[in-house]
Amino acid sequence: MAYSEKVLDHYTNPQNVGTLDKSSKNVGTGLVGAPECGDVMRLQIEVDEATGVIKDAKFKTFGCGSAIASSSLATEWLKGKSVEDALKIDNMEIVEELNLPPVKIHCSVLAEDAIKAAINDYRVKQGMNQLVFEERIH
Amino acid sequence: MEIDICWSLLTANVKPFDLNLCYSKKDNFMLKLPVYLDNNATTPMDQRVLDAMIPYFVEHFGNAASRNHPFGWEAEEAVDYAREQVAKLIGADPKEIIFTSGATEGDNLGIKGVYEMYAGKGNHIITCTTEHKAVLDTCKHIEKLGGEVTYLEVQEDGLIDLKELEAAIKPTTILIAIMYANNEIGVIQPVKEISTLAKKHGVLFFTDGTQAVGKIPVDVQKDGIDIMAFTGHKMYGPKGVGALYVRRKNPRVKVTAQMDGGGHERGMRSGTLNVPGIVGFGKACEICRLDMEKDTAHIKALRDKLETELLKIEESYLNGNKEHRLPHVCNISFKYVEGEGLMMGFNKNIAVSSGSACTSASLEPSYVLKALGLGDDLAHSSLRFGLSRFTTEEQIDYTIEQITNTVNKLREMSPLWEMFKEGVDINAIEWAHH
Repeated sequence: MAYSEKVLDHYTNPQNVGTLDKSSKNVGTGLVGAPECGDVMRLQIEVDEATGVIKDAKFKTFGCGSAIASSSLATEWLKGKSVEDALKIDNMEIVEELNLPPVKIHCSVLAEDAIKAAINDYRVKQGMNQLVFEERIH
Repeated sequence: MEIDICWSLLTANVKPFDLNLCYSKKDNFMLKLPVYLDNNATTPMDQRVLDAMIPYFVEHFGNAASRNHPFGWEAEEAVDYAREQVAKLIGADPKEIIFTSGATEGDNLGIKGVYEMYAGKGNHIITCTTEHKAVLDTCKHIEKLGGEVTYLEVQEDGLIDLKELEAAIKPTTILIAIMYANNEIGVIQPVKEISTLAKKHGVLFFTDGTQAVGKIPVDVQKDGIDIMAFTGHKMYGPKGVGALYVRRKNPRVKVTAQMDGGGHERGMRSGTLNVPGIVGFGKACEICRLDMEKDTAHIKALRDKLETELLKIEESYLNGNKEHRLPHVCNISFKYVEGEGLMMGFNKNIAVSSGSACTSASLEPSYVLKALGLGDDLAHSSLRFGLSRFTTEEQIDYTIEQITNTVNKLREMSPLWEMFKEGVDINAIEWAHH
């Protein structure tokens, strides 16, 4: 199966690989997937508490090229967005941007889940309720 | 200047591009890319095989079954010579060779053919969980027909347990179907011991010899094999042609034909013979027999170098029994890196295959590796390397370098690697399964 140019770009030059201090109150961490499934994504956001804007985003991913590209793209999109806007990122936007084939759609779903998990982690640290998201069939 | 650019592009792992010829500055040799190390999927055809085949397409196009004119005689003569070469490679009589379209057909004909032919004796077949799908799915089909199949588990090293095998034999058992060597891990089953058990209990022994024949000495007499499927394209021959060995003495074995027609191949496999294919297959067998010692020494030395170097990478594991193994195969798991992601780092330049199955909807990794008891994570992290007589040391050196670099790069990106390095127990984490 041939990968799209954009997937190859992100795979070769992934953006925002790294680790933020997960104990920090303004850092939200989302860890999704499972080693048994061949995909584990950890996505972190650092939020400016005064403005609610995501200052920095980092990821580390165990998975195929599409999973790496999806998480790399997600961190790019997250930076500079408000937490509220970040919640609006839909996995299908990732699919379109990266031209993911149907068998790789789960990679984009995982990235969306990772964003939501990171935001929820941040919300809990800030004393807010966790948001409840619709269960989706992966 | 050109040399410098080319090498830096290679090592920098930049966007893949059509790269047919490249000079490595380091060793000053010519390395043609991509490198092919997926020889368990198929081998390149030997030029000598093609040369033997060419006259039988246009010039000598006859039907080997045309008994009454020179066109048929020429074709028949060529088929006879090929049949001798195929038989010689496995220590068989030429009359015991049934030409097929390949190993999948051979597996089907061998197993279904015995099931039908020996229905009066029983309906029980014993096989194992690491067989090729051509055997497993054939067995499943037989279960649907009302047959009974025992699927033996394998041990951690991929070998079957002979005691379990013997315990599974019943009065209704008609066939033991255990592969000679595995296609994913290269592990060689104890064929002689299996055939001894089969003989002791009056059961026929079928083996899928696809990966073994032509690579290691296989002798149907010494090994006590009753029926064996194998194919040309795994031993530098053409695709679409193979053979089924069917024993004629001690005991005389028969299989029920699975295709009705003109009664070719002693009535066991109808259909006009694929003369050019058979000629090529015969030539491939001849070369494998004559060059086996030389080829094996060359291949094994390179395989061992590749394996030794790759196992120097931290947290990398060899899958399957190290000793009872084909000389051209190695299967290694690079823990905390996913196989498909790993391949993407070099698959424009190096062809291998992975036990990970991220491309399939099921996300299920290799059933063979899982049968060894490997966790899904390790199965997802595996690569299979298959060498051939055409593999060079330069290719192996390049592969070692590329794989090592890519593993290191992806581990820097892997959350699991980070956890491992920080001493976090990954198994203790409650993962959300999707």
